[in-house]
Amino acid sequence: MAKYSSRAIDSLSLTLAALADPTRRAIVEKLASGQATVNTLAEPLKMSLPGVSKHLKVLQKAGLVIQGRDKQRRPCRLNAARLQDVANWAERFRRNWEESFKRLDEYLSELTEKEKSK
Amino acid sequence: MTESLQREMALTLPSDREIVMTRAFNAPARILFEVWTKPEHVRKWYAVRGTTMTVCDIDLRVGGAWRWVLTHPKGGEIAFSGVFREIDPPHRLQRTEVFESMPGAESLGTLTFDEKGGQTTLTINMLFKSKQDRDVCLKSGMELGVKESFQKIDELVAGL
Repeated sequence: MAKYSSRAIDSLSLTLAALADPTRRAIVEKLASGQATVNTLAEPLKMSLPGVSKHLKVLQKAGLVIQGRDKQRRPCRLNAARLQDVANWAERFRRNWEESFKRLDEYLSELTEKEKSK
Repeated sequence: MTESLQREMALTLPSDREIVMTRAFNAPARILFEVWTKPEHVRKWYAVRGTTMTVCDIDLRVGGAWRWVLTHPKGGEIAFSGVFREIDPPHRLQRTEVFESMPGAESLGTLTFDEKGGQTTLTINMLFKSKQDRDVCLKSGMELGVKESFQKIDELVAGL
């Protein structure tokens, strides 16, 4: 088995955990269309600023969101590379199965042909 | 051949502890159920590229055990096993499943076969005990993928 550093596993788990929450997914979706301040993020979510900040902290810790240093606005933006990691991970799993299923397609057509000719 | 079918497998993570896979096949449910439950059929399609299916035991009754082992030509085994919980041919099959390299991370797999007009949509729902177990399972899929790329490199080097 290929070995992965425990750090790599932890960071992937952290990302998935961060995305497991619907509010945080809404934040990520919003940021996908461009950077935003905590205020603009809080509005459509009907949440308090501290509430949104709490979620943002989780997203930041997972490396999904980067917050700007500008003291006044502190705009948040999405770290697309991190999101891509998760997509790749699930995609790899999916592709392994899809490969077996393609073979199954072929095998099924053999079987159904056989049945018809009986 | 109906082209409107969802032929590529769809994978979703509807909750923290689940993996759900959906895929349509051009065969009646009766046949699809058989290719999942009879060893002589499973052997024909299950093995991941580059591996050979060396064990395929299926004791198809409630409480009966199953064990599938893939062997890599360079050595190394990938083994999955579990126990059947529910058998309702050709509609539903439920079994526990454990990746033997990670004992403890057991999941409950529910396969649903939904036939319409001679085609069958298979849904595999894997429910894990924890989010961590679910993530480990996803990652093991990635490891298989990595293994495959290593093998390709081996082939390339051998051809030089």
